[in-house]
Amino acid sequence: MRARYLEGARAVAPIGVAAGAFGLSFGVLARSSGMGRLAPLVMSATTFAGSAQFAAASILGNAGAAAAAIAAAVMLNARYAPIGISVAPAFDGSLLRRLLQAQLIVDESWAIALKRREGFDVRVLLGAGGLLYVCWTGGTALGVLLGDAIGDPNRLGLDAAFPALFLALLVSQLDSRRTVIAAALGGAIALALIPFSPAGVPIVAGAAACLVGWRKA
Amino acid sequence: MSAVWLSVVVVGAATVLFKATGPVLLGRRGLPAWLAGPVSVLAPAVLAALVVTQTVGGHRELVADARLVGLGVGAVAVALRAPLLVVLVAAAAAAALVRLI
Repeated sequence: MRARYLEGARAVAPIGVAAGAFGLSFGVLARSSGMGRLAPLVMSATTFAGSAQFAAASILGNAGAAAAAIAAAVMLNARYAPIGISVAPAFDGSLLRRLLQAQLIVDESWAIALKRREGFDVRVLLGAGGLLYVCWTGGTALGVLLGDAIGDPNRLGLDAAFPALFLALLVSQLDSRRTVIAAALGGAIALALIPFSPAGVPIVAGAAACLVGWRKA
Repeated sequence: MSAVWLSVVVVGAATVLFKATGPVLLGRRGLPAWLAGPVSVLAPAVLAALVVTQTVGGHRELVADARLVGLGVGAVAVALRAPLLVVLVAAAAAAALVRLI
């Protein structure tokens, strides 16, 4: 029983180090975006999903409205509905237990539990997700503290770190013709709309490209 | 409620619900195909839009500034398969250098 949890934690350990560093950069960047100290921590503990959190921090930091930040982050996390559904039959126990356990589903814990040679095991997912959760929230706390020590974030070029991060995340997702078409259209639509619409609209409109990307491929 | 806390609460609640949909509500039933398809390419579309708006986005105008140089250097780091932290530091350092000059 316990061995499966440990197996998951062990398998994800190298990614855990990266998640800690990633959480640290989120803490620093969120702090520099004017999110304060507590809000980034609460976000890491409840949302527990990197790209959406960075998107929200980045939009709020650019004087974007809450609606734009929420729309972008929610769209990025919508993928967790189908991911959760794909492993749903493996969860058991009371409603509350399943609700809490489901929160440990992230891209990495899901992938590790799925790629297991002996087949999918929910305890491997929970062990991996648990370790990632500790690394992510711990890293965020360190980053928030570190962010206090950093002065003007733009002088350090931190605003340029956001698009580079989104690019890195995007490249890791381009695994099919459909994703490439959706990304190209999403970027082009956003670029065309920036001069004509308030912040947030280009991102939402770009997201609509996923419908076209799906149809055309 | 401030914009920051509103975002934290709504995004957190939505994510909890997304993750719980399968294990708590649906059980063995899957997402209908017409929804599952587009959702699978939603993330790349949003990320590409974010790359563009956070690089050249201004107040209703396109702006070419140090962020563009930062993204360029970051892209080289991505192409070289550098770790994520290295990509972030390289992009930030390049933009900081441009602003210094």
